[in-house]
Amino acid sequence: MELTLWTYEGPPHVGAIRVAASMRGVHLVLHAPQGDTYADLLFTMIERDGKRPPVTYTTFQARDLGASTAEKFLNTLQAAYDHHKPSLLLVADSCTAELLQDQPGTLAETAGLPVPVVPLEMAAYSRKENWGASETFYHLVRAVLSAQRNAEEKPRDDGSSNRRRTVNLLGPTKLGFRCRDDIQEIQRLLQSVGIGVNVVAPLDADIHDISRIPEADANVCLYPEVALTTCTWLERNFGQPVIRTVPLGFGATQDFLAELAGVLQVDISAEAVADCRLPWYSRSVDSTYLTGKRVFVFGDGMHAMTCARVAQQEMGFEVVGLGTYSREMAREVRAVAKELGIEALITDDHMVVEQAVSELRPELVLGTQMERHIAKRLGIGCAVISTPAHVQDYPARFSPQMGVEGANVLFDTWVHPLIMGLEEHLLHMFRDDFEFNDHAAPSHLSHGEGTLMAVEDTNVVALEGVHWEDGAEKELKKIPFFVRGKAKRNTERYAEEHGLTAIDIETLYEAKAHYSR
Amino acid sequence: MTADVIAVSEVTPERFQPLQERGQRAVFCGLTSIIWLHRKIQDAFFLVVGSRTCAHLIQSAAGVMIFAEPRFGTAVLGDRDLAGMADCHDELDRVVAQVLARRPELKSIFLVGSCPSEVIKLDLDNAAGRLGREYEGQVRFVSFSGSGIETTFTQGEDNCLASLASDLPEDTTSEERLLVVGTVPDIVEDQFRRLFSQLGIEHVDFFPGSQSTDLPAVGENTKLLLAQPFLGETLRALEGRGATLLPAPFPLGAEGSEAWFRAAANAYGVTVEKQQAVLQPPLQRAKAALGKYHSELSGKSFSMLPDSQLEIPLARFLARECGMTPKEVGTPYFDARVMAEEVPLLPSGVDWVEGQDLDPALDRVRATRPDLTVCGLGIANPLEAEGLRTKWSIELLFTPIQGFEQAGDLAELFARPLRRERALEVGSWS
Repeated sequence: MELTLWTYEGPPHVGAIRVAASMRGVHLVLHAPQGDTYADLLFTMIERDGKRPPVTYTTFQARDLGASTAEKFLNTLQAAYDHHKPSLLLVADSCTAELLQDQPGTLAETAGLPVPVVPLEMAAYSRKENWGASETFYHLVRAVLSAQRNAEEKPRDDGSSNRRRTVNLLGPTKLGFRCRDDIQEIQRLLQSVGIGVNVVAPLDADIHDISRIPEADANVCLYPEVALTTCTWLERNFGQPVIRTVPLGFGATQDFLAELAGVLQVDISAEAVADCRLPWYSRSVDSTYLTGKRVFVFGDGMHAMTCARVAQQEMGFEVVGLGTYSREMAREVRAVAKELGIEALITDDHMVVEQAVSELRPELVLGTQMERHIAKRLGIGCAVISTPAHVQDYPARFSPQMGVEGANVLFDTWVHPLIMGLEEHLLHMFRDDFEFNDHAAPSHLSHGEGTLMAVEDTNVVALEGVHWEDGAEKELKKIPFFVRGKAKRNTERYAEEHGLTAIDIETLYEAKAHYSR
Repeated sequence: MTADVIAVSEVTPERFQPLQERGQRAVFCGLTSIIWLHRKIQDAFFLVVGSRTCAHLIQSAAGVMIFAEPRFGTAVLGDRDLAGMADCHDELDRVVAQVLARRPELKSIFLVGSCPSEVIKLDLDNAAGRLGREYEGQVRFVSFSGSGIETTFTQGEDNCLASLASDLPEDTTSEERLLVVGTVPDIVEDQFRRLFSQLGIEHVDFFPGSQSTDLPAVGENTKLLLAQPFLGETLRALEGRGATLLPAPFPLGAEGSEAWFRAAANAYGVTVEKQQAVLQPPLQRAKAALGKYHSELSGKSFSMLPDSQLEIPLARFLARECGMTPKEVGTPYFDARVMAEEVPLLPSGVDWVEGQDLDPALDRVRATRPDLTVCGLGIANPLEAEGLRTKWSIELLFTPIQGFEQAGDLAELFARPLRRERALEVGSWS
């Protein structure tokens, strides 16, 4: 048993619903008790979906337990088919039904329905939502393509270098982060370099689209949490190479095009990214104040890794913390963190994340809706970069994260919560100003949003055996709050190393000089 | 003795014969009750013993965000627990210790059963007894089921209160006590207390109260008023303790509130004059507030999908006090005892449904196209996208709607989607 007060990911069957809801003509029959139907509202409320997700729940009750839950499943399956007439049925257990061992997959195969039925094993007691989405997509693709395995294989490489190359964009789903807009942006980008998009899946795909996946020259694994398993299988079985660079950020978009050029053996002009404004915006003098801003990054594996790179290399921030709740991506995230000289935080406990944020005292947090909440509580600016996200992170406007426009969006979104250049200087010059101080919000933000209201200092309780004199303590408070904790620790360490029992203003500045680079 | 405000209609079997429907249900399970119970009972922690789905359900239904460290959590069962590699009771003890280490000020822990814990037959009554002995004098342990295989939505509160009923101290005095049963918002509780006091009714307790250490006494001299229409098990448990139910409709709308207070006043022998003096001013205010909505709501039709058990009293309110026309009203289950005073007030010509079969029910809504459909969050936007106006039913649980002073607010909840329809000139997106 694990005490869980809040969870980044839902159970695996929610991942299965995400895949079903993303597609056209696919219906999921979920063996589940009433209550599990709450999953509908994730789609209809958070993503404002105008349709119920295509899922029928058996909603068995205590009185059905025993022999009749299996019968209830079969009746529900038939009713769902009759009512919705899907071209493919997915069948799964939720956590409770898994315990009943009714084997809905086997039952469904005996039902004699005139459409393909794909059974899913959701491993509710060890796995989570993104894994569930990945498994569902993989089994669905495999079921559709295995059925046509023996159909004639079209030779993809006809030897002509002029032939238009095509790719599939795999992994976007409902309730993913900005998938709708990312897809549009990446399609635009690929079109601009003369590469065609064969199939986008699961989002908006139907079964016929899935059957056309092998026709493309390569698979772009846009959202590895959902698509990597499928891409790897397609590579093994259809010889389709996988494009692994996720084009999120200016540099990553260039790398993505370079990888495409290499794999597809085509020339891609650097002009494709020339109209991106991020590089100039980041170089303009106004952005000087972004230099070295301390940033904490947390999210799903892909978004955390790509955003960390953008933060460090393209915004000139200092990434002081990087982590993910996606255990499946832990290895990759650790590697990126190591390059940044920090240790990755791999956890699905938001209180561990909160602890890390309050210790690291970043000036900006890039995270999920939970980090937004944590940052708000600690008075730190925040931008959301990953699911789980709230309804306001499914905006009406076009707001991709990937590609050229995505990089522009990232620049704007991440700069917004920060205090602007000159404003910051003034804050440092006149810290005791009655209306312009630590506790005041940046002038362009409304009250309460991103205030500098300090996390109460680790303050007052000093290291054992070291005493802060009044003057020094007052001086300490004039130091910006986000470096105050560090200044305090350094000064105490300095005092300890020099055998001082009292810290006065002199000690504070001695320590500052000692530790300055 | 009762003033003639309520024209009690003939109770005829034709008036209320719900159609039984069995099929896919679209309702929350009883765990959802924890969202308001943990705010109401301020020294308690609700520990669900269940799965990741349980945790995700509560956080999603609670508006997807927590604003403070919540006093609820889930002990998520893992493969090790199910495979018997870990002893579930040892594990539960460990998790409870973890909760208490974080929140040493807690006075009660509710162990809440879920679908998985019930299917694996994890005995939480037994666990609560064992933990209660271990933490004797510090923390009270109570168990109840909020599982979806046994409870729907508000039945979680019913089971919670029913399980607490046996812990209520025995009333050994000879004084009459009034026990108001069911969670109501604090502001409503305060209003009710003032009115009871003005009526001269003393010794009024609310159950649940804000402190689990301060449980009301119950005994032969206790009279019960139900403030919520989903407390059948709690009622039976309290009757088992000697208490007597004061039959009344529910305090929704001006009419329901008046009848509810008069049920108490009559039982306490309060004179008609005094009842008039105390109840007339708020009654007139409520009627005046409702009057403003009459032109907006009168003649509009509505359907209700099964959700919280509030459907029957709300349909009565909307039909009788707002002039609306019910088409189909569904309710998860029908408890004849609890609804006894509501049924005679219900309009005729309504299709009543007990239970649910979602797809056919939605087809009927599409066919009859009521002006307003009261339904759960998962269904509201899809119906809106089809050009139908809806009211999210969960708001009826999270908003003060009971009593005279809230009668207008209650009407407003139904009027707003219709007003919005008139105000918008953007059309539907679909």
